[in-house]
Amino acid sequence: MKAFAPNQSNETFVLNLGPQHPATHGVLRIKLVMDGEYIVEAEPVLGYIHRMHEKMGENRTWAQFLPNTGRMDYLHALAYNHCYVSVVERANGIEVAERAEYIRVITSELNRISSHLLWFGAFVLDLGGFSPLLYAFDDREHILDLLETVTGSRLTYCYFRFGGVCNDIDENFVAGARAFITRMRERMPMYHALVTKNIILMKRLQEIGPVSAEMCRKYGATGPVARGSGINFDVRKHEPFSIYSQLDFDVPVYPQGDSMARYMVRMDEIEQSLRIIEQGLEKLPDGPVIAPKIPKTLKPAKGDYYHAVETARGSFGIRAVSDGTNTPYRLKLRTPSYSNLILFGEACRGMLLPDALALLGSLDLVIPEIDR
Amino acid sequence: MILSTIRNALAAIHPEKIFETDYARKGFSLDVTVSADRIEEAVAVVDQNGFFIETITGVDWLGEKAAQQKEAAAKVAEKADAGAEDAATGKDEPLAPGAGNQVEPLVDDMEVIYDFNHYSDFCRVVIRVRIPRNAPKLKTISKIYPAALWHERETHDFFGIKFTGHPYLVPLLLPEDADFHPLLKDFNK
Repeated sequence: MKAFAPNQSNETFVLNLGPQHPATHGVLRIKLVMDGEYIVEAEPVLGYIHRMHEKMGENRTWAQFLPNTGRMDYLHALAYNHCYVSVVERANGIEVAERAEYIRVITSELNRISSHLLWFGAFVLDLGGFSPLLYAFDDREHILDLLETVTGSRLTYCYFRFGGVCNDIDENFVAGARAFITRMRERMPMYHALVTKNIILMKRLQEIGPVSAEMCRKYGATGPVARGSGINFDVRKHEPFSIYSQLDFDVPVYPQGDSMARYMVRMDEIEQSLRIIEQGLEKLPDGPVIAPKIPKTLKPAKGDYYHAVETARGSFGIRAVSDGTNTPYRLKLRTPSYSNLILFGEACRGMLLPDALALLGSLDLVIPEIDR
Repeated sequence: MILSTIRNALAAIHPEKIFETDYARKGFSLDVTVSADRIEEAVAVVDQNGFFIETITGVDWLGEKAAQQKEAAAKVAEKADAGAEDAATGKDEPLAPGAGNQVEPLVDDMEVIYDFNHYSDFCRVVIRVRIPRNAPKLKTISKIYPAALWHERETHDFFGIKFTGHPYLVPLLLPEDADFHPLLKDFNK
């Protein structure tokens, strides 16, 4: 691929990128060994926002850990909510109210779009285009307003409960979501005309930052990173949870493995999420939004349980180990950006620094989720 | 079927335990326990079958052996009380192999759990290794899966498990001079 160093001299220098750098989207630091403008070695340095969520999990009851889940990936908090309630429901054998399953999927997918929109704006901003960020935030605002009416918060949601959700959605929400679908479908061609077909963007992304399918496998990459490398892997299809198996949607896959492919996967996913929301609203059954008789104190049987969901960044899984008491014995949080970032060190070797930043942006990192 | 393929392939390296689990209840399909010196071999088999690595983590089983001994003693006492009554116990999957009756200094276990998944087939494989808690040491698998470079560093951060052969086992998420391991059950600070 182009943009690789033709040869290497012996003179190198160390460049410190971050932890306060706009291109790292949070407190990520990257120690770069540079040969002129080319990267010889890159070492991400983590932990600046490490809060030890896993230890916190061992110090509180199963229900008390719920708000923590929205504070890891703050851009797709509802998927993290979803994963945690699902693993606890699995451990306790709790049935979820049917209407709640639909509400969970509808709100999670809205949240996914808002996450992709923020990524889109910030990514294009990284590449030097400022105004798409404002357009993206305009659309995102509609989702935040909509979710605020049912969840009560705009970012770090804690909306799902064991067995259901804490608030029913009303007619206004349904009408608002329908209006948003129409609006977003009208906006997508504008985004593609304004950004995707922009020659500068194409030159910055096409054939830049190659990630092969084998590399994804060795590093455990999931989500749009893997799908941009031709791997058809989406937890929603692969091991369907909730009601995803009853909904009709496609998994966008691009085989090129460059930054453009990852960009296209996320743009296409917005449309797929709209389809899911549309069907969800259509099929939305009546009934209670939380299962009856959920015990106040949960004591799952001894053993360990795993549950994975597809977040905006890839597969998020929780391994919950229970010793039969009301507090988790161990909670392992397998976060997607963490695994996706591991491959950066190998993928950026020999690249120009500005291209490596495009690659970094195309990985869509959320640092609080990496550091946990 | 990938599940039977990987099951047979892993059974060939003589794991301590191997059984299929109920996915709906547990969230994974195959549960394998290998001895510490077999881990590289087991992971190589998983790699050859095209699996990708999800994560590596640890669990500290401090106090487990003592609890098991107590339980066993209680059972013996109960049996003595009940006399010749048959106790057909429907035992649920034990968390660990049943402790014997030997009286020796109790060394609890540290468990290292490797999670693998497959991109095209529906199969989650969990590989477990038990190592003594007082000197936790295990071979690195970073030569097979480079992702382990980070996962093992994180596990070392949180549990103090030494991964021999790891080229750069320095703190990843904890401060660079951290000498504590917060997920140990006897950690208090």
